[in-house]
Amino acid sequence: MQRFRLSDVPFDTATLRAELLDARVGAYASFEGWIRDHNDGRHVHGLHYEAYAALAGAEGSRIVDEALSRFDIIDAHCVHRIGDLVVGELAVWVGAVAAHRGPAFDACRFIIDEVKSRVPIWKHERYADGTHDWLHPAV
Amino acid sequence: MTRLHVLYFASLRDAAGVDSESVDGTATDLRALYEILQRRHGFTLPVSQLRVAVDGAFARWDDAPRDGSEVAFIPPVSGG
Repeated sequence: MQRFRLSDVPFDTATLRAELLDARVGAYASFEGWIRDHNDGRHVHGLHYEAYAALAGAEGSRIVDEALSRFDIIDAHCVHRIGDLVVGELAVWVGAVAAHRGPAFDACRFIIDEVKSRVPIWKHERYADGTHDWLHPAV
Repeated sequence: MTRLHVLYFASLRDAAGVDSESVDGTATDLRALYEILQRRHGFTLPVSQLRVAVDGAFARWDDAPRDGSEVAFIPPVSGG
């Protein structure tokens, strides 16, 4: 599979993990981001992720490539949901495999941090009071 | 005169009321192009909070618009 991809349907993390495992792997680290029921003191009912797909794919792949050159890992993948999600759904998954745990953890952290700051994906939250908002964190 | 296809995302799309439009203009760089469209649509996000992309790759604000290209203004992202 591509090392970074967008998914408009729910995905299974066991399958994603299996794609990373082989005999060289001594450590697998993953991160899962889930939709929670609150943000900034407001009660969240659900949200919509929108992406600029062409650029998101390219920038996400660039981030995973950077992780591969920066850390002593064997491979890494990342999948990000787009579309409508409800509380309790998986929004983003990162998996990294290495001979040892240190670089696997480091790569996983690096990838999710960079994805959050660089990949053109936007969150539109729907609140319990019927209002909604795009999240555009101040740069 | 250049003809550009401009893409809007998230709050910029809501403010513009369209997800894309054709723009004919004489802006000398992408910063000037955004400022023209910002006035037209009432965008509240300043250029300093945005990034710009051309034909699917990040570009620089002082790049000149290329006739026939696709320009996207990227509001602060909030994935993850």
